[in-house]
Amino acid sequence: MTRPTAPGAQNGAPGVSGIDRPADRTALRPAVAAAVSTRRGVELALLGLAAVITTGALVLVEANQEQELTWALLYLGAAYMALLALAHLAVRKFAPYADPLVLPLAALLNGIGLVMIHRIDLARIARAVSLGNEEPAQEAVRQVGWTAIGLVFFVGVLWLVPDHRTLARYGYTAGFVGLILLALPAVLPASLSEVNGARIWIRLGPASIQPGEFAKILFVVFFASFLVVKRDLFTSAGKHFLGMTFPRPRDLGPLLVAWGVAMAVLVFESDLGTSLMFFGIVLVMLYVATERISWVLIGLTIFGAGAFAAWTFVSRVQVRVSVWLDPFADYNGRGFQVSQGLFGLATGGMGGTGLGAGRPELVPFSSTDFIFTSLGEEIGLVGIAALLLIYCLLATRAMRSALAVRDTFGKLLAAGLGFAIAWQVFVVVGGVINLIPNTGITAPFVSYGGSSLVANYALVALVLRVSNAARQPSQDKRPGTPVPGQQAPLAPLAEASTEMVSRDQVRTPPHGSVRHEAGAPAGHPDQAPRGRTRGE
Amino acid sequence: MPELVLQITRAGFLALLWLFVLAALRVVRSDLYAASGLRAAAPGGRRPSTRGGSSKPARGGGRSGPRALIVTAGALAGTRIALDGRPIMLGRADDSTLVLDDDYASTRHARISQSGDDWYVEDLGSTNGTYLDRNKVSGPTRVPVGTPIRIGKTVIELRS
Repeated sequence: MTRPTAPGAQNGAPGVSGIDRPADRTALRPAVAAAVSTRRGVELALLGLAAVITTGALVLVEANQEQELTWALLYLGAAYMALLALAHLAVRKFAPYADPLVLPLAALLNGIGLVMIHRIDLARIARAVSLGNEEPAQEAVRQVGWTAIGLVFFVGVLWLVPDHRTLARYGYTAGFVGLILLALPAVLPASLSEVNGARIWIRLGPASIQPGEFAKILFVVFFASFLVVKRDLFTSAGKHFLGMTFPRPRDLGPLLVAWGVAMAVLVFESDLGTSLMFFGIVLVMLYVATERISWVLIGLTIFGAGAFAAWTFVSRVQVRVSVWLDPFADYNGRGFQVSQGLFGLATGGMGGTGLGAGRPELVPFSSTDFIFTSLGEEIGLVGIAALLLIYCLLATRAMRSALAVRDTFGKLLAAGLGFAIAWQVFVVVGGVINLIPNTGITAPFVSYGGSSLVANYALVALVLRVSNAARQPSQDKRPGTPVPGQQAPLAPLAEASTEMVSRDQVRTPPHGSVRHEAGAPAGHPDQAPRGRTRGE
Repeated sequence: MPELVLQITRAGFLALLWLFVLAALRVVRSDLYAASGLRAAAPGGRRPSTRGGSSKPARGGGRSGPRALIVTAGALAGTRIALDGRPIMLGRADDSTLVLDDDYASTRHARISQSGDDWYVEDLGSTNGTYLDRNKVSGPTRVPVGTPIRIGKTVIELRS
């Protein structure tokens, strides 16, 4: 078989195998580009549908609350759509190959949350008026402001992190900052950090921040970079017992540190939710990195022991557990919130009372921790199931990106972030439906709360960044710089990795060439032979 | 608001919500089919037809050679890369087809490429070597289907 000696010898030479020819690629491009696209159009269409649903929900609330139906409602919907369109344009510019579902899913959750917060505002205002009190501030207006800030963070993360692998370099910094954010409220005086008994806030004038929400993302970044480097430590040999390989006791150190932090949060900040979130993320990332169920078992065991100790000694935890066991035992006192939430869900039933037609404001904290019972009362099981499916899809898209991306850090990062969303939803919904003790954390994107919304938009931006790397064909390797005009052929997720950078194929002589038979020098580390230069 | 209108809008809103979920699931489904390889028109899939057909007329439809490369052990275990005739670069370099985060892998460690119906592995001057089954690879070596190729802690195989 004859082999070409120069890249120019390609005009129909038979038997050219294994080498890619640039001319071929250009010829193929138009046909392929038509077949596979970046699917940004799908994203825009779904965003439009999300805006329609949100506006529709708003109109229903106003109509049911006997408010005046004005064109201003449509303007509100248009403003919401405009904000999302800006986010969409940012995705087009900074992450053109990103997953098309993630942003619309987050946007719809945010929109429904806004409508529900507004609906509870109306109820609170009506009650204040009937009691002759001053009208309370509208939470929905502030939440719209937080949404704008969240989208600024979203665009900022996409812009400032052109490649998720750069984050791996700041792993320890992220972990350190996360630890400071988590510990800060416990150190600050209670007047600055305590709201409703939990010391997880930093109050700065009118705005209060929940630093734990940001710490969540920073910890995922830290653990991803830590586990990429130290994975061997956790997979090294250990005892076989009950069909599992248990780690050596001295390798348990990092897990014990994480456990200590989780327990400290529980004791010093009296916050079950943050503690549970933090430890769950650590355990799952360890499991993803090592594929050993023994880590999860050990983690659950020591967390169970710690939680039992906390139940014995910390009064706030005792209250939560006794309410969980029997919410109606102290109906007018400590069990009031959970009981009212359950009554709300029962009132909603299958189809709900209709948006704006229920009484969700009867539940304390109906716009933050208990927004799911408010939604359950007004859109019923059918609607709540749709919302939970949307959360589920959001988490699976992150997991899908984790499977498809080709670097280990990206895999761990996307898996950790996706799990963080799913876990937070489980903890908050499980709490309000009394499946687990109520913990008082926010439902991502839906609950009223600035820190939560902003942090979750940043989280979603990171997921988009990883999915962009996963779906990006490798000709267009430089992240964030789409090549205009010549749309590179986009492979579907699983096959994205089969593309090759053309410079290697052009420059490298075919295998079996005489030069290689001479044998490369054995002690020549990390350098390709034949004087190929990197970074060209 | 009249009761009838209330009921109709209530059901309509829920229907719209589920419409959104179903639309999202449709997008997921299109991704699923793409991932399972059922879609024949993947970008690389056309490559065999563009090259000279004189030596391999049988490669069009029912070819019997390996179709995928699968990582069976190591950090990337479970990763599957569909083979389309183009060479596969292995190493720590960012632009490798399979990026190995392995202490024992070199920046450009090895290449697996096709010649005729067979696939060959060659070591690109790595520090710690590439092993085909148990033998160190010194020159381009033919890789039978199902034979493990070891690079550090990563083991890959060709599957048909």
